[in-house]
Amino acid sequence: MTEPSTIEALKAAHSDLTFSEFRGQTRVVVPLASIHDVLTTLKEQLGFDYLVDVTCVDYLEYRDAADRFGMVYLLARVETNERITVRTFVNDPEPTVPSVVDLWEGANWLEREVWDLFGIRFDGHPDLRRIVLPDAFQAHPLRKDYPLQGRGERHNFPVLTRAEG
Amino acid sequence: MAIVELPENVRVTKLDELVGWCRSYSLWPMPYATACCGIELMSTGASRTDISRFGAEVFRFSPRQCDLMIVAGRVVMKMLPVLQRIWQQMLEPKWCISMGACCSTGGVFDTYSVVQGIDRFMPVDVYVPGCPPRPEQLIQSIVDLQAKIQQENKIFGQQFDAPSRQRPKRALIEKTNS
Repeated sequence: MTEPSTIEALKAAHSDLTFSEFRGQTRVVVPLASIHDVLTTLKEQLGFDYLVDVTCVDYLEYRDAADRFGMVYLLARVETNERITVRTFVNDPEPTVPSVVDLWEGANWLEREVWDLFGIRFDGHPDLRRIVLPDAFQAHPLRKDYPLQGRGERHNFPVLTRAEG
Repeated sequence: MAIVELPENVRVTKLDELVGWCRSYSLWPMPYATACCGIELMSTGASRTDISRFGAEVFRFSPRQCDLMIVAGRVVMKMLPVLQRIWQQMLEPKWCISMGACCSTGGVFDTYSVVQGIDRFMPVDVYVPGCPPRPEQLIQSIVDLQAKIQQENKIFGQQFDAPSRQRPKRALIEKTNS
């Protein structure tokens, strides 16, 4: 849960934030332009020193969805055991969000994973390469418009026979 | 022609069969364990089921020292080139056991990243069904493989030249739906 004082401090520092709560967990939706500033405030001033996860949701063909991708930043403050979920939305073409590696070193691999599976670019990331899939992979398979069984990548191998073995 | 009576402890056989007998009881498995089947593979090697009763207990982690590859678990597309390379590094004669549903068919993982049966891309001698198979099933597969080695073994490996052994079991590869 998040302390009310934290929410008040965040509201005082930034406008345009939408707060909501679900089962004791506070979520805040941030416009894309100010996502890095809000995360900086949370880290530098409000003490959210631990980045739990960076992940993404593809809202393609989701009911009532206005935007394509929803970025999710899960933060924790170790000192008080507070948690907060920060969200922002990005759209095609070339969905790009600012990188938070300058705030939390640990975001490096998390953002590489989001790039690998969703194709979200991270501005300012020091080393934006694929992390899970092979380097030669062409698509971003957790996007909803990617077929579950792939585009033939799993069949694209040489066939070994006994004679070659 | 004089008939020579053999002493009781002397047998006459063909060299091929003798070599096959030797090979079948000194299998050196290469454990290629990628998932839960690997746990069953470990327990097969442990004291309760004790694979050494069948002469195949020395698991070697170098492909140069193995002649039986036991592929235990799902093989993803990033792993298959590694698997093929290890298979090519193993010395002839060599055999392959495809252990479990994922390795043989892809199992429940019909997704973009999981290879739908390693027999599409490399030779397999024995398939073990199960998810994961019990150690008894793996031992049965080793017993079956021993019978296969004894039946068809040739000292120069001519059995591998047969056309049916030249191609993978499932030659039909799915069309890419690009």
